[in-house]
Amino acid sequence: MNPRSVKWLKASGLNAAAVVVFLFAVFPVYWMVATAFKPNDEIFTTRFIPFPLAPTMDHVSRVLTKGVAGHSIWQYLFNSAVVALGTVLIGAVFALLAATAVSRFRFRFRTSFLILLLIVQMVPAEALLIPLFLMVKRLGLYDQLLGLIIVNVGFTLPFAIWMLRTFVAAVPKELEEAAAIDGAGRFITFWRVLFPLVAPGLVATSIFSFITAWNELVFALTLINDQGTYTMPVALQFFTSQRSTDWGGIMAASTLMTIPVIVFFLLVQRRMVSGLVAGAVKG
Amino acid sequence: MMAQTSTVARGGGNSSAPARRRSHRPPRRPSGLPNWAVPYVLLVPGLLVIAILLLYPLYQMVDMSFHKVGLRQIRPNPQPAEFLGMQNYSDVFSSDLFWTSLRNTVVFAVVTVALTLILGTLVGLLLNKLGRKMSTFLVVGIMAAWATPPTATAIIWKWLFDSDAGVVNWALNLLPDGLSTLVFGRSDWSGQPWLNAPSTIYVVLVIAVVWASFPFIAVSVLAGLKSIPSELYEAARVDGSTPAATFRKITFPLLKPVFSVLLVLSIIWDFKVFTQLYVLAGGTTNREAFNLSLWAYTEAFSAPPKMGFGAAIAVILTVIMLVITAVYVRQIVRTEADVR
Repeated sequence: MNPRSVKWLKASGLNAAAVVVFLFAVFPVYWMVATAFKPNDEIFTTRFIPFPLAPTMDHVSRVLTKGVAGHSIWQYLFNSAVVALGTVLIGAVFALLAATAVSRFRFRFRTSFLILLLIVQMVPAEALLIPLFLMVKRLGLYDQLLGLIIVNVGFTLPFAIWMLRTFVAAVPKELEEAAAIDGAGRFITFWRVLFPLVAPGLVATSIFSFITAWNELVFALTLINDQGTYTMPVALQFFTSQRSTDWGGIMAASTLMTIPVIVFFLLVQRRMVSGLVAGAVKG
Repeated sequence: MMAQTSTVARGGGNSSAPARRRSHRPPRRPSGLPNWAVPYVLLVPGLLVIAILLLYPLYQMVDMSFHKVGLRQIRPNPQPAEFLGMQNYSDVFSSDLFWTSLRNTVVFAVVTVALTLILGTLVGLLLNKLGRKMSTFLVVGIMAAWATPPTATAIIWKWLFDSDAGVVNWALNLLPDGLSTLVFGRSDWSGQPWLNAPSTIYVVLVIAVVWASFPFIAVSVLAGLKSIPSELYEAARVDGSTPAATFRKITFPLLKPVFSVLLVLSIIWDFKVFTQLYVLAGGTTNREAFNLSLWAYTEAFSAPPKMGFGAAIAVILTVIMLVITAVYVRQIVRTEADVR
């Protein structure tokens, strides 16, 4: 064989591998969406029906009107959005301040603080759940989205600081020094120079926190008892009864829950990776 | 909404900020704060949040694990908890469930971390070799798996592994009977219930978690690979190095820091897997399928609540995780100290 056809073979082998991985990654998501639009007789069958033969909006409109556990899926999507946005808005302020401190200043306890950030992430949420449950109850925040927001802020903050600090470190210090020489005070320098340059990183970090809070199941399960206050992950549990599962409905609801997250992911994918592994790759 | 914020902020940052600064230059006020105090002031809010929502509960968790905390202690007008010493811990260690859930936790974490890292690294290497279009195509594809919320992930895989209408049983039935019997010891998969027995629940769980977590590894490895100077590979090629030797001598050593971060993160995530197991095992009824997280949760929150006992399990899980990751955390911190 000549070198050219060897090269061609190699390239098509790689492309074939890529297609296999692509199918493995995408098929389950596709299957969720496809099931959501299939009529029941195409869902409950041992045959393989690759796409909806008679596409129907029945499941989607059913979960949006009748819903599950006594409320429309809109209610749960709304609750989830409130929790996720609340978590992001509060968390972003704290994260930005702390990230500035660790990446702009050298001070005693800086390394200890970074280790602390890593260690608190290792503690399983289910562990702190018990004391947090009691704390939320005592504060009268049980069954309230605010309680859930506060707990989520706590759990997303260490990672948000960890991720954001690399974005702050990436802004050249000279810009702030120049501003200071021009006579800008500390706050002005922060607000007019550092903040605009860190903003894209802040958005990426915020989206990460948003997704974490949007997906969170175990706190929502424990801190919320009132059905009207359920978030999406909790509501999804109610499509399954002792005897059977409403697969069309649960797939329609899962699709509605997944779409915003996929959109966000595609928006920030690149920055997220750089933030996650930062500190490991020198450069 | 997010995207808007981003555009506005970015536009503002690039164009108007320097201009405005010049137009009304604020007089330099000596700030009341001495320089050394600034970082501490910036840290205080975040530190308070961490202290109140993570550290104090952590302390309480340890404290509760030495007490009997039940219904009487969590009602309004709680009664003081009775001090038990090590009673909760000895109860945990003598429980049959401890060994099954410890085994489930560890075996699941080891298998899943290994599979995720191997598959993720292979896909990362693949992404690096692919052409531009194909690589973007694949990144978008694996992003879909990565982005799917854990609850939805578990629900989808539960559906794929459904005993009657599941695609997996249908596909296994397609295999030639001889091959299927040789590999799995059976040829008819119709009605195979995957989500009843703990062992098969964990098969599904491993697949679901690997599916959701390999994309992150792949994209991180790709980012690491891109940072390796191509001259090194050219030199290796000139010297006649085989692809395997190149990977062992160049790629792996240079990516080692990336791998150790990925390893720690994977261990942290897989050791305390909860959401996916909760959905796949159908809540808290299948005791044989518990891992330590689900067991702690069940003891603490299903009637009658045994919160002290649950806290003891949680303490044990936390300690195991700290010990395993301590070495790597040290390494990360050391790299961190060099970077700035």
